Amino acid sequence: MSAPTTTPHREGTAGGTTPRRRRRGPRTWLAALPLLVFTGLCFGIPLGAIAFGAVTRTDPDTGATRATGEHLARSLQGPYLGSLTGSVQLSALTALIATLLGVLIAQALVTSRSAALRSAALTASGVLANFGGVPLAFAFIATAGISGVATQLADLTGLGWDLYSFTGLTVVYLYFLVPLMVLVTVPALDGLRPQWREAAQNNGATALQFWRHVGLPVLAPSLLGGFVLLFGTAFAAHATAAALVGGSVPLVTLKIADALSGNVLTGQENVALALGLDMILIAGLVMAVYLPLQRRSARWLR
Amino acid sequence: MAAMTETAETAESAETAETAKTAETVPAAVREAPAARAGEAVRRRPRPRVWRGAVLALAGAYFLLPLLASFVFTVHVPGQGVTFEAYTELLGADGFSQSLLLSLGLAAATIVLSLLLAVPALIAVRIGSPRLRPVVEVVCMLPLVVPPIALVTGITTVLRWGPEHLSRTPLYQTFIAVQDERFPVVLVLAYTVLALPFVHRSLDAGLRAVDVPTLVEAARSCGASWPYVVWRVLLPNLRTSLAGAAFLTLALVLGEFTIASLLGFRPFAVWIVSISGAQARMSVAVSILSLLITWLLLLVLSRAGTAPSTTASAPATSRKES
Repeated sequence: MSAPTTTPHREGTAGGTTPRRRRRGPRTWLAALPLLVFTGLCFGIPLGAIAFGAVTRTDPDTGATRATGEHLARSLQGPYLGSLTGSVQLSALTALIATLLGVLIAQALVTSRSAALRSAALTASGVLANFGGVPLAFAFIATAGISGVATQLADLTGLGWDLYSFTGLTVVYLYFLVPLMVLVTVPALDGLRPQWREAAQNNGATALQFWRHVGLPVLAPSLLGGFVLLFGTAFAAHATAAALVGGSVPLVTLKIADALSGNVLTGQENVALALGLDMILIAGLVMAVYLPLQRRSARWLR
Repeated sequence: MAAMTETAETAESAETAETAKTAETVPAAVREAPAARAGEAVRRRPRPRVWRGAVLALAGAYFLLPLLASFVFTVHVPGQGVTFEAYTELLGADGFSQSLLLSLGLAAATIVLSLLLAVPALIAVRIGSPRLRPVVEVVCMLPLVVPPIALVTGITTVLRWGPEHLSRTPLYQTFIAVQDERFPVVLVLAYTVLALPFVHRSLDAGLRAVDVPTLVEAARSCGASWPYVVWRVLLPNLRTSLAGAAFLTLALVLGEFTIASLLGFRPFAVWIVSISGAQARMSVAVSILSLLITWLLLLVLSRAGTAPSTTASAPATSRKES
């Protein structure tokens, strides 16, 4: 009998009969309003402009705007398509290598007994994961560029090394991707409870069997999520590549920057917008994979 | 980058967590059979040690080499020997102080704006409007999906509307004002958008660790006003995550290159690139310094964030583990 009486009572509060309850609802809603308005204006409008500009064409003479698919079509052809696939290849390769290396390092840290080593390494990872962009590019130019210290000492050029290439960019990207993976993975590895391993051992499982049947399945969502996060990070990176290679490696971010800042042909900005839209779609796809995976791993690793 | 906040937390709770785990989680069966386990442990220990040492040594070499080499590059001029000119001439370099001050100013404004927007929204979502929660989360996380370079294409398009369509309206003046060379507000707005995911994640983690409704109800029933509750009860409990959010935002703004350079402004990162052609040594020296400063900030902030609030968040930590 009590349930039916409380339900209408609650509905009544929403409609506005009980003053105490009613005051609470709208008030808290208002506290979130500035955030929603701000993102609507400063994020929503530029996004809308990208989407609108990517699928329309405005005639410079008449000012008439009509819908067209030509910008999107052009963004998926020739050098633009090459830059998109170049970006995807570089991101996938670096993310894959960084995932493997990051897990190895994270496991080494988690199993090490030294708390000092662990906290120092985690702090370092935190800094290095943020050490992308321009400073990183210059550090690598000083190290392995044409007149870099390591290049001179070890005669890397003679060995076929070129920093301003796909391989060079891969090595540079790993510098901030691996620490990022370590940061993402250490909590997950910490979450592998020791009693699971003990339970497996008590049942006679070898270390390999433990990893195959318990460890990896539990970690899989976190690892996949980490990979996807790294992919997104590498895909969106622009400053490092811009300061490092300029135009010698085809990357979509560099193409967009060229189209935006160079002496562009008319309509080129719209291709930049279309490329931006392509990037958002790819990154959106990546995040659509990442977020559910994170939620799934959170269920086990608490 | 997003995971950085977790570092501080992990470091903070690592010790307590480990002791707690070994104390309560070792099953009775294992404790009763120490001999068998000890023998096994002796047999298995050497292998992972070698493996671990090799991995960590290689990683250390890879991550230290560019730093060391860059330092050597800045102080060693071939044919002339060691000189510290790249560092000593830095302060007097053309544009150094202006661009650094501009970046710091932008960072301060971005931190204030993003916290002012996110803190009330997240607290509200915790205590009053759980139904808004997914909305706020999605809104805060969406900028992750949009790479800065894509965002800047949208921003330039919108900024071009100013002269093209709005030149007769008062909005035009706003468009001019936000693009002021001395303090480009448009960058603050863009950076706040970029920072939101990290600010949200950091604050959300902090709020998760604290039992907000109980704290608020306790304070309210003791007669505290709402501002008092937020300022004296909730914010002190969030100190770590506030510091984390502020640090992430600062690092993001100081290093940001894409948006600023494509919009034609000249904060720190853009300045470094602009001098790299003529003064390669100095640009590398600044890069090293910026890394050191970031490192220092992280250390200071993680100390400041954890030390005083350890006692305050201790009950929350133990709750989380159960």
